[in-house]
Amino acid sequence: MSARKVGETEPQPEEGGSAQLPQSIRASKSTEDSDKKSTDRKLKDVDICLPIVYGTIAFYLGRKASESQSHKWTVYVRGATNEDIGAVVKRVVFQLHPSFNNPMRVIESPPFELTECGWGEFEIAISLFFHNDVCEKQLDLYHHLKLYTEDESGPQSTKKPVVMESYNEIVFPDPSEAFFARVQNHPAVIVPRLPAGFNLPNPVLNDNMNENKRGDTKDHPLSQWFLNFSEADELLKLAAARQEVQAHIVNVRRKLSLMDGVPQLSKPPSGFEYA
Amino acid sequence: MDAKDILGLPKTAHPLTQEKKSRPPKESQRKPDGISREVYALIGDEKITWQWLPFTNSARKDDLQLYHWVRVVNGAPPSGDYSFAKYNKSVDVIKYTDEEYEKYLTDPVWTKEETDQLFDLCQQFDLRFIVIADRFPSSRTVEELKDRYYSVSRHILIARAASPADVSGHPLVKEPYKVTQEKERKRALSMVLSQTKHQERKDAEVLAEAKRIAESRARMVARSARELELPVTFNAGRENDERGTLRMLRVYLRTYALDQMIVAASSSAGLRTIKRVEQSLQELGVNLKPRVPTKAVCSEHLELRKEILTLLNLQKELQYKEADGSSYRDSTYETPGTPKDRTFVPDSMMFGGERVGKRDQKRKGPGRVSEAPSSPAQSKRPRKLKATDL
Repeated sequence: MSARKVGETEPQPEEGGSAQLPQSIRASKSTEDSDKKSTDRKLKDVDICLPIVYGTIAFYLGRKASESQSHKWTVYVRGATNEDIGAVVKRVVFQLHPSFNNPMRVIESPPFELTECGWGEFEIAISLFFHNDVCEKQLDLYHHLKLYTEDESGPQSTKKPVVMESYNEIVFPDPSEAFFARVQNHPAVIVPRLPAGFNLPNPVLNDNMNENKRGDTKDHPLSQWFLNFSEADELLKLAAARQEVQAHIVNVRRKLSLMDGVPQLSKPPSGFEYA
Repeated sequence: MDAKDILGLPKTAHPLTQEKKSRPPKESQRKPDGISREVYALIGDEKITWQWLPFTNSARKDDLQLYHWVRVVNGAPPSGDYSFAKYNKSVDVIKYTDEEYEKYLTDPVWTKEETDQLFDLCQQFDLRFIVIADRFPSSRTVEELKDRYYSVSRHILIARAASPADVSGHPLVKEPYKVTQEKERKRALSMVLSQTKHQERKDAEVLAEAKRIAESRARMVARSARELELPVTFNAGRENDERGTLRMLRVYLRTYALDQMIVAASSSAGLRTIKRVEQSLQELGVNLKPRVPTKAVCSEHLELRKEILTLLNLQKELQYKEADGSSYRDSTYETPGTPKDRTFVPDSMMFGGERVGKRDQKRKGPGRVSEAPSSPAQSKRPRKLKATDL
C-alpha cells in the first residue's frame, strides 16, 4: 500500500498551549485539547468504509388486518455483517409519508429501525447522522416501501414477509485521526492498514457510544429474513465478462491491423480498380 | 397653455388654491374678444406687459449697459442678476510669487519668462491646452506644457501646505501628470482611430472567439459544480478529476462514486453509445447497477464498462475502414451470399445489436460501383437496427 501521510503538519502539544494553532481561535465544544486536535487532523488518501444494508420487511396481517392497517412493516439500517454501526452512526431519521402521525421519526441509538402499520407503499427518506469526529454532514438514502409481491397469485402469506434490501457502502475520505483510532479494530468498519510506526492518539470514546446496550443485529428477530450480499458472485461474473470483452478486443484489433497491412484499393484521388 | 410651456413661463403667478375650481371652466369658457386664444394664453390673466429695459451683467468687468425685452408682471420687473451670469465659471490657476519661483519652481528646460507666459495663457484660456499650445510663443508640445503646468502647481501646493499630509489627498499630489503615459495613451488612441475596417473586423472576431471559449468553459464548470455541488478543476483526465472531487466530499455512497466515475469515463461517448454499453452489459449477464457495490466490485464494473466502450469504438473503426474499401473486399473477405456482418463478432455476442447487415456507407468514393445485394441510398449515419436485420 502507498504511504499514508498525516494531513496537517502542525505542532502537537498534548497539553494546552494551543495558541499557535488557528483552530484555537474558533469556538469549540471539545473539552480536551488533544481531543480537539485529533478530530481536526485528517489522514490523507485514506478511506474508512462502512458497509450497510438498508430496507424494509413487511408482513401481511391477515385476519388482524383492517382497512387502514393491512401490513406491519419495519424499516431499518443495519451493518452489512450485522455488526453494531453505532460507533459511526449517531442517529437515523426516518421520514415517513405525511399521512402518518409525526412522520419524522428519530432513532437515537442502534439498532436503527422503526416498525409501523399501514396499507400504502411510499418512499421513505432515511437520513444518517454521524458522530462529531466522523462527519458533520448527513447522508440521505431513499427506499421504496414494498408491501405486495409482483406475483399476485393467491392470498398473501402472513408468515412470509416481503423483503426489500439494498447494499451500499458509506465512504469517509480523509477521516480524522480520532475517528480512525476509534474504529480501527471495529468489526463493522473497513479500515485500511497504516504503515508501521504510525502514531495515533489513544481513542477517545464519546458519551454516546452505547457500550452496554446491544447495537448489533446478529440475533435480531427479523434476521432470518435478511438477505445475503456476497461480492463473490458479482466479482466472478464481472471477471468472466471482462475476459470475454478483452478477447473480442484482441480479435478486432488483429483484424484492424490486418486491414492496415493491405494496400488501400479505394483511395479516391488515384481512382479505383476492380479486384 | 402650450405656448407658455414652450417659453418656460409659469402657468400662473399665483398659487391656485381657491381659484382652482373656478379656473378650469373659466379658461375654456373665456373667449377673449379681439385677441386669439394663443395670444391670450401668452398674455394670461394678470396684468402682463413687456418692456424694453436696460440691464447689467455681473459677469462683466466693465459697466456695460444693454437693453432687452423684460416681462413685467403687474408693474414689477423680475429681480436678480442677469440670468446667464452664473455660467461665467473659470479655473483657479495658481499664482506664484517671484520668491516662490526661485525657491521651488526653477527648471533646467524652462525659463521664468516662459513659465509666466504659460500661466497667463492657462488663466486666459481656462486650461484649454490645445489653444494654449497654439498661442504659445515658442513651440512646445501639449504634453510639455501640461507637464510644466501640473508640476509647478503640484510643487506650489506641497510647498504652501502646512504638512505633507494635508495635501496628500489632492488629486494633483496623488496622481501626478505623467508625460510618457500620456504620450502612450494618445498613440494608442490614434492607432485605434486609424484602424482599417479590416483590422476592426479581425479584432472583433478574436474577441468573440475568446468570449465563446470563456463562456463554454464557465458553462462546463458550472455544470460540474451543479452535479457535484462543489467547485471543480477543469479538464484533462476526467476520471482523475472525478476522484479528486470525490475526495473533497466528507462522506459519500460508493454507488454515487461509481456513477460519477462512469459518467466521467463515458464523457466522450454519445447517448446511443452509452445505451449500447448497457445493452452489452445485459447480454453479458452483468447488473447495470452492481447488487453488492463493494470497492472491488465497483472497480471491476467500471473497468468492464471502459473495456466495452473500447470494443465498441474499435468495432466502429473496423466498420468504417471496411466501408471504405467495401466492394473491393467482397471477394477477398467474404463468400458471396453471406450476410454482410461487418463486426466480425460471432452471432451469439451481438454487441449493441448493431448488425451491419446492409451497407452502412459513411463516405462516398468517386465512381464506386456497388455490388451489394441491397444497397439503400447512401446514408450519412449508420442506420438504426431494424427488425428485418435480426
